[in-house]
Amino acid sequence: MLVSTNWLSKYVDWNELSVEELAEKITRAGIEVDGIIDRSFGMDNIVIGYVTDCVKHPEADKLHICQVDVGGEITQIICGAPNIAAGQKVIVARPGAVLPGGMKIKKAKLRGEESNGMICSLQELGIEGKVVPKAYAEGIYVLPNDVQAGESALTHLGLYDQVMEFDLTPNRSDALSMLGVAYEVGAILSKDIKLPAISFEESSEKAQDYLKLAVEAQEDNPMYIAKVVKNVKVAESPQWLQNTLMSAGIRPHNNIVDITNYVLLEYGQPLHAFDYDRLETKEIVVRHAREGEKIVTLDQAERTLNGHQLVITNGVEPVALAGVMGGANSEVHEGTATVVIESAYFAPSSVRRTSKEVGLRSDASTRFEKGVDPNRVAEAAERAAQLMAELAGGEVLEGSVQFDELDKTAERIILSPDYVNNRLGMKIPMDEMKSIMDRLQIPTEAINGQLVMDIPTRRQDLRIKEDIIEEIARLYGYDEIPKTLPVVESTPGGLTPYQAKRRIVRRFLEAAGLSQALTYSLASPKDAQAFALETAPVTELLMPMSEERSVLRQSLIPHLLDAATYNTARRNESVALYETGSVFLGIEEDGLPKEVEHVAAVLTGKWVHHAWQGETKKVDFFVMKGIVEGLFEQLGLLERIQFTKATVEGMHPGRTATVWLGDQAVGMLGQVHPTVQNQRDLQETYVMEMNLRVIMETAAEELFYEPVPRYPSISRDIALVVDRDTSAANLQAIILQAGGKLLKTVQLFDLYEGKNVEEGKKSLAFSLTYFDPERTLTDEEVVNAHKKVLDALTVQANAQLRS
Amino acid sequence: MKEQLHELKEQVIAKIKDSQTIKELNDVRVAYLGKKGPITDLLKGMGKLPAEERPKMGALVNEIRESVTGILEERKETLEQQAIQEQLEKESIDVTLPGRPVELGNHHPLTRVVEEIEDFFISMGYEIAEGPEVEKDYYNFEALNLPKGHPARDMQDSFYITEDILLRTHTSPVQARTMEAKDGAAIKIICPGKVYRRDSDDATHSHQFTQIEGLVVGENIRMSDLKGTLDLLAKKLFGADREIRLRPSFFPFTEPSVEMDISCFKCGGSGCNVCKKTGWIEILGAGMVHPNVLKMAGYNPEEVTGFAFGMGPERIAMLKYGVEDIRHFYTNDIRFISQFHRAEA
Ligand SMILES: [Zn+2]
Repeated sequence: MLVSTNWLSKYVDWNELSVEELAEKITRAGIEVDGIIDRSFGMDNIVIGYVTDCVKHPEADKLHICQVDVGGEITQIICGAPNIAAGQKVIVARPGAVLPGGMKIKKAKLRGEESNGMICSLQELGIEGKVVPKAYAEGIYVLPNDVQAGESALTHLGLYDQVMEFDLTPNRSDALSMLGVAYEVGAILSKDIKLPAISFEESSEKAQDYLKLAVEAQEDNPMYIAKVVKNVKVAESPQWLQNTLMSAGIRPHNNIVDITNYVLLEYGQPLHAFDYDRLETKEIVVRHAREGEKIVTLDQAERTLNGHQLVITNGVEPVALAGVMGGANSEVHEGTATVVIESAYFAPSSVRRTSKEVGLRSDASTRFEKGVDPNRVAEAAERAAQLMAELAGGEVLEGSVQFDELDKTAERIILSPDYVNNRLGMKIPMDEMKSIMDRLQIPTEAINGQLVMDIPTRRQDLRIKEDIIEEIARLYGYDEIPKTLPVVESTPGGLTPYQAKRRIVRRFLEAAGLSQALTYSLASPKDAQAFALETAPVTELLMPMSEERSVLRQSLIPHLLDAATYNTARRNESVALYETGSVFLGIEEDGLPKEVEHVAAVLTGKWVHHAWQGETKKVDFFVMKGIVEGLFEQLGLLERIQFTKATVEGMHPGRTATVWLGDQAVGMLGQVHPTVQNQRDLQETYVMEMNLRVIMETAAEELFYEPVPRYPSISRDIALVVDRDTSAANLQAIILQAGGKLLKTVQLFDLYEGKNVEEGKKSLAFSLTYFDPERTLTDEEVVNAHKKVLDALTVQANAQLRS
Repeated sequence: MKEQLHELKEQVIAKIKDSQTIKELNDVRVAYLGKKGPITDLLKGMGKLPAEERPKMGALVNEIRESVTGILEERKETLEQQAIQEQLEKESIDVTLPGRPVELGNHHPLTRVVEEIEDFFISMGYEIAEGPEVEKDYYNFEALNLPKGHPARDMQDSFYITEDILLRTHTSPVQARTMEAKDGAAIKIICPGKVYRRDSDDATHSHQFTQIEGLVVGENIRMSDLKGTLDLLAKKLFGADREIRLRPSFFPFTEPSVEMDISCFKCGGSGCNVCKKTGWIEILGAGMVHPNVLKMAGYNPEEVTGFAFGMGPERIAMLKYGVEDIRHFYTNDIRFISQFHRAEA
């Protein structure tokens, strides 16, 4: 909503403030003023000129040499506009003027001819092209003949005006009219407002004798008024009216259409003007369209209608799409003599639906959608009739044709001051509350310690007690509310164990060198289930914006790989990222997908990198595995996990493992399949993904202190050769079992294949630590225990001992 | 013999002084003071002297031996010092060479903002409530005073899965669920999470973003409690000298509704490009829980009141750190993510 402050002055006196101060007060009271436009843009030296002579430039086809009377002086100006002609009153930017686009006007020579200024279009004065009257849209603006050369053109065009841009919240549709704004400003400044005085002479003829009305769709159209004005002269509107419309962002057309738009802006009540003679049947019937019925609207578009869309008809065919746009067939034109003014209340839901279905939003539909003021429907029609009499020489026929079943009663709200103060945490006296209601011009009485208010229909946003609390608070001032803290039953607050573990997981992964990524939950169908630990029917959007983001993901890995590709393409060659987030699996009983929190990571490039000392190491499977093991250690679950070789689509068949927590598969890690790496422009890349929910919901082993050893431990190393496919985990398990209770730890410290080791075999070396917390072990005890280990390895794993 | 001794002494002292290494010095020691050295020989030869001269000569030999030993020790000390000095010189390094980096990862800037807010409210006795990202229309809209047909819930603006299920457009459904579950009891929660809107991604819009909301419900919860809470939050997030102001606004689930501005942390209120010359920056929306919302969740709005507020961690991070494009939060460029781990104050 654009609010001209000049226009506003007609209704409320705000002039003791600057526009900036006014805007600030309005903003603080609840309507955000987004900006203030100075329509003069600081221009100067812009005058009215009279073109006394106009001839073609001998050297340029499109230019004219004009002699222009700029007030007591005739000066030569070259003009390139197609519509320039002698005898016109025009806008002249004189040398020294600076136009809003930044153009500085100077004396110049154009193709050898002197030019002392510029004849301007309205666009050149900073008026938006879409609001410039069509006749002048492609050239200079021509003023009416009665203006005086030499006078300020800006004054004449009403450009010494500042316009506030309102950013209205959806509830404040009352401020979609100048009167509504006037009520608001009046309340803020504690000023009375001046409403338009409506009076005009009526003709002896009756509107009822000219027009019949039948409203068939009464629910969608509970009120319809038609007035008839005859003998109008359709012409350009007076300059003030055109200026006013342009200041509000509306293009002037002709006096009849301009008046309906003016009243729409003034009252917030959309009006429509029909050419009476083009209605033909002299009848108006409001009904729902027939399925497939067609109408050509004012914008010359043919629209096919459906059965719930409301139309105004002449009894035969639609002449307007109710509340949205008029029809071309009944449009007011130059030859129109008799006008029908329509003022109506169309149900918001009906207009909203139709406007959306036909894809048309107009100044009218936006107001009907919010619900217009039932008590202004009739008055707005009278106001338009008055203006048509005054500005178009029309004769207003007596009375109107109307259908009216609309409820116009005021809502009553009763409120105790305590209710208000208890909710605000304040002690505003009742008198003060009543005075605020008075400023808002909401009739209010104090009865038995209660405020009894009859809410005017123009404030349809005020429905419940809390709405009134807001009115009181915003006008009393939010700055006056004290700062306190809530007092409720005290709760300890804090993170749940699950939430606390999530933070542990994140901090561990960060300490391990991975950075946290955040990727999108929506994925492409091809990525939705790639790498997924578990798949279920994919959840699809009804109306995706793109294929790329049309379904919910079941694995975090694809987007992490995208992030890795993104980074390596930008020469961030070493990537270590993790993410925690939900995957979405199938449909649960309540209709929602099962959301499971996962953690995933991606590694590529170098892991250790310290070049000048020659330390550098590429990521490999065991870097990722170490991170996974470390994570389980942090969560107190290390003893309960196991890794087994796995086959996962998209993963390297020889370098992928399943992670088991007890007997449940909770995750996967390994190298991305080289083919997939290539497709994604990645070097050797490792990923892992785990079901974080299951892991975090598994209680950690209890944390007990283990005494620091008081007796020395004894270490023995074993080197052995086994078949290549014997797993280290298996050997370790054999050792641990055979070593008995004295064997405390087993650590692999060497792995070798190749020269000196038989083909198909590998050599491993373990370091075993024996220890008894109660005493120092004897050599004999260790020798015995160690021998059992060696025997077990020989028997169970067919191991050859190496010396 | 006396002369012999003195000559020997001079000779030894000269040798000691000529020694340039510990080894040379040791050779001198062995040569002169060792078991086969001349001094030992002299002592052995004492038996040939007359008995009355023996004590005198013994004393002299000992004196010379002690004196030579002393000089030798002194020289040894000097040489050792020199050796250490040389070694230190050899071991000297360029201390300006770069250290071996400690390879830590970073948490995401949005996590940083969210956890800072969570921790602040936890310290005030709040709990963290979470809920599903795919929601029922009922919790996302209806229970929040946005009945079917309400203009604010256009299909165009939300990602629907079916007519009744959609990706949540805010974290408010967690509030609705919590209220329903609490069955009339008091509530103090913070709800962080991902939310989704049907927007095209650009510098200021993202179809996925994060939100963090707060809700307090109980007897006698007042707007002043909201103001006091938000004031502390603003000071925590943006500095102790921040002022706040509330402006009336509109949200379907609160009444009255307000927007909170903070005094500009860059210019302090005098006007700059961050605050668009106004001295104030809009940070969050808030209000008193709408009676309809309380009613839907089974509370009696005549007896129980509440306040709620909500903000966007992206916006807060963009303001705090001067991030110019919201898409940075989701492209995961390491050069971006790695900038948000260090201490701020
Ligand atoms: Zn500033």
